[in-house]
Amino acid sequence: MNFPVKTKTDFKVVGTRVARPDGVEKVTGRALYGADFSVPGMLTGRVLRSPHAHARIKSIDTSAAEALPGVKAVVTAADFGVPEDMSLRDVQDNCMARDKALYDGHAIAAVAATDAETARAALKLIKVDYEVLPHVTDVDAAMAADAPVVQQDRADESVPEGSGPNVTNFFEFGHGDLDAGFARADLILERSFRTEATHQGYIEPHACLANMSADRGELWCCTQGQFLVRELCAGIMQMDASQLRVTASEIGGGFGGKTTVFIEPVALALSRKSGRPVKMVMTRDEIFRATGPTISSSMDIKIGMTKDGRITAAAAKLRYQGGAFPCETVSFGAQAAFAAYDLEAVRSLGWNTLANRPKQAAYRAPGAPVSIYAVESVVDELCQELKLDPLEVRLLNAARDGTKASYGPTFDQIGLVATLEAAKAHPHYAAPLGKNQGRGLSCGFWFNFGGNTCVSLNINNDGTVGVTEGNPDIGGSRASITMMAAEELGIPYEKVRTVITDTNSLGHNDVTDGSRVTFAVGLATIKAARAAIEVMCARVAKIWGIDEDAVAWEDGYAKPSGPNAGNFDPMSLAEIAAIASETGGPIAGHHEVNAEGAGVSFGVHLADVEVDPETGATKVVRYTVFQDAGKAVHPDYVEGQMQGGSVQGIGWALNEEYIYGEDGRLQNAGFLDYRIPVASDLPMIDTVILEIPNPGHPYGVRGVGETSIVPPLAALSNAVSRAAGIRLHELPMSPPKILKAMMSKD
Amino acid sequence: MVAVTLWGSLREFADGQEVVEVEASNFKQLLDELGRLYPGLQPQIRRGVSLAIDGRVYRNSWFTEVRPDSEVVLMPYMKGG
Amino acid sequence: MKKIHVSTTVNGDEIEFICPPGETLLDALRDRVGLKGAKEGCGTGDCGACTVEMNGEIVCSCLVLGAEAEGAKIKTVEGMTTGDRLHTLQQVFIDHAALQCGICTPGILVAAETLLERNPDPSETEIRYWLAGNLCRCTGYDKIIRAVQIAAAEMRGA
Repeated sequence: MNFPVKTKTDFKVVGTRVARPDGVEKVTGRALYGADFSVPGMLTGRVLRSPHAHARIKSIDTSAAEALPGVKAVVTAADFGVPEDMSLRDVQDNCMARDKALYDGHAIAAVAATDAETARAALKLIKVDYEVLPHVTDVDAAMAADAPVVQQDRADESVPEGSGPNVTNFFEFGHGDLDAGFARADLILERSFRTEATHQGYIEPHACLANMSADRGELWCCTQGQFLVRELCAGIMQMDASQLRVTASEIGGGFGGKTTVFIEPVALALSRKSGRPVKMVMTRDEIFRATGPTISSSMDIKIGMTKDGRITAAAAKLRYQGGAFPCETVSFGAQAAFAAYDLEAVRSLGWNTLANRPKQAAYRAPGAPVSIYAVESVVDELCQELKLDPLEVRLLNAARDGTKASYGPTFDQIGLVATLEAAKAHPHYAAPLGKNQGRGLSCGFWFNFGGNTCVSLNINNDGTVGVTEGNPDIGGSRASITMMAAEELGIPYEKVRTVITDTNSLGHNDVTDGSRVTFAVGLATIKAARAAIEVMCARVAKIWGIDEDAVAWEDGYAKPSGPNAGNFDPMSLAEIAAIASETGGPIAGHHEVNAEGAGVSFGVHLADVEVDPETGATKVVRYTVFQDAGKAVHPDYVEGQMQGGSVQGIGWALNEEYIYGEDGRLQNAGFLDYRIPVASDLPMIDTVILEIPNPGHPYGVRGVGETSIVPPLAALSNAVSRAAGIRLHELPMSPPKILKAMMSKD
Repeated sequence: MVAVTLWGSLREFADGQEVVEVEASNFKQLLDELGRLYPGLQPQIRRGVSLAIDGRVYRNSWFTEVRPDSEVVLMPYMKGG
Repeated sequence: MKKIHVSTTVNGDEIEFICPPGETLLDALRDRVGLKGAKEGCGTGDCGACTVEMNGEIVCSCLVLGAEAEGAKIKTVEGMTTGDRLHTLQQVFIDHAALQCGICTPGILVAAETLLERNPDPSETEIRYWLAGNLCRCTGYDKIIRAVQIAAAEMRGA
């Protein structure tokens, strides 16, 4: 049995724009999301949260709450153990504060009651004796030697001596001789940048329903990874993973923010203590205060350029604040910062610091948007100073096949130059601009990952196919997985149904992150289909009485193949399926893999903005995204990723920010004051998909989900600079900041 | 022997070397040897590392082949959103 | 506090429920009437995921009390289909990939249907401002706006 190598031209299903299989449920309101599950006897769980940015918890008196009629359980950190594994302990301590409240909104206690009103009333009866401690929320202040200590002794061995007490890790990447490189430059610019934390802003709140009896548990929740939820919750609850079944609901957005747990262990603990099912749904205020946000940053960038546009040396110092627990996000930012450039001398340094803010969570290409924003801003400013075309300068310096990447390895097949060429050739780049308008451009990059994946594929007796996979569908992946199964088997898309299963029905699947699902689950699906094809060909070989090697699979049929195979009528998948019982039993294929070989992805964005000189408000008037997607399995959803990520980046650039008061409390914990882009803020987001095949995937698929959030930050900053004649070095570029800069220019 | 490039902040745990040579034919042997020769690298290896082998990033996979002429670059363990 | 008895019409069906005086229409629809299509994204009227039509006007059902539904005519996303036939907007949203995660979709569909009832040929700008109260974090709105335009054209032609 040998499999023909697919080329770009002979796809039948892949590359088409079929209707997604879960569409009808989702447009009729029948799809069940996290908050849509209920069971008889269910209690409502609510969380008491710290009103202080930093406080020692001296005592918690829950007796009055427990005495309130209708209250069935109250839990605090005392109801949980102390995990040995530090990263698990951090997850647990973030779900329920032990000893200290580390940020405004940190969970202190939780209640389960017969209804929400009673639960809320009970929270008011819990008496917490706090000793308020000095706090720090600003990244630079948190780095200082005399900063309030968020957590003791969390620095790892990488942290240089003399660093402040909140610095937890340090990274350095790069190669070449910086001094020699800067010496060759005709112009060197050094700029400092600051960016505020943003939130993933998924519209669906975290929600779960837990049902624990003795040592067995059921958990329904919205998550990007039910298997990770099981691992974390089983660890925290000190129970066997086999006894906790986690079922992922439909997920109403995640973007990285649903790759950990917040209320799930709490609901399980409340259910265990009360002996009743417990449902918990976060409020939007809780989501902003206690989940998700990204790092905030303070960065110094130094780049040298010759007068004809060649970058001679580049250096970055990145300081990221990742909330009250250690994280390594700055390492991704430091590695990604200069990825788009072919540089002889490059160095990026990164420090992570603790601060009294919520534990940062992944958000689409975590760490990369801000570092690339800073780098792309300086490159643009160099172009302005040297009167060079910013696109030509990118092309001149672009990373290519064989370039030694700024983070170490040598790139193999990458699509940056093709992407830049596409942007250069696009009418957008040459289109005239109006008054108060400017055009900005930026490159973007993300690594993309594969990871652990299991797929089971069953041939049904009627010739249809069921695919079982374990990764929540956050943006149409059921469609792309179904398409790849149909493609490989050679049957119509409509004959395949893909379901996303619970943790007891497949082996471990990594979370839906790192742009991995279409790549890795797709790869496993293709391999599972091939395994089923091998079984079908073997059965047919027996029927025909010939060698298995003499049967080939083509377009949904087993056919005799080779000089001595003989003459037989091809047998379809349906014909083989119909007699499966007679030929040896049910036919299935499965594949389990830790998929490696995801290809990196580059994008280039062009943004036209108009800045209102009266108000400083920025309006995006035209936007085009160019991205290397590898093979685009379902072009609509590839475009959707490119458009959605871009608009999240536009929000980051223009409006979105965490605002902390002097008291260390979050001041804008709602969608009214934390303003994500709305329909009337935006133009159409045009897309150009480039398909440079990834050699690491049978169909050439790359991840597409994350890269698109990276370029908008600098593209908009560069556009604002050209529209308004000012250069901002911080995000977001909210109207007051732009207005102030415009007024001080005049 | 395989030449392994270390990222900058790891070099102080490998006598300041940017590139270290280890005897290994796969991912696991390579990490074991690194940890044996340079115990200061062990905490980072335990926290997690990725390997870029000939330009492709591998996050674990012990038995991934590493040839003497492979380009091997150590990277932090990568995660996405 | 004593609960309130409410008689109302939801998607053409006469419905009765009892709810506490402080309960939102959204919670009443979801937990008492059993219609889970309207979603709570914020609870403060900022995101539009809970959008329903009440007496011909679109409202954030998280800002309306269940008791206010007395005597009213409510329409939710579940009321858009006719038997097994999808509304043109629903079909076009599927065909043109105007949803990714789908959590905002019920609210957007209800709002868009109300728009097209009033204005069968809205401009892109009119659609964008009409839907400005419905947050979508996945799509960047592009395919949503296009889908409403396509559906409007189909409905005008029908």
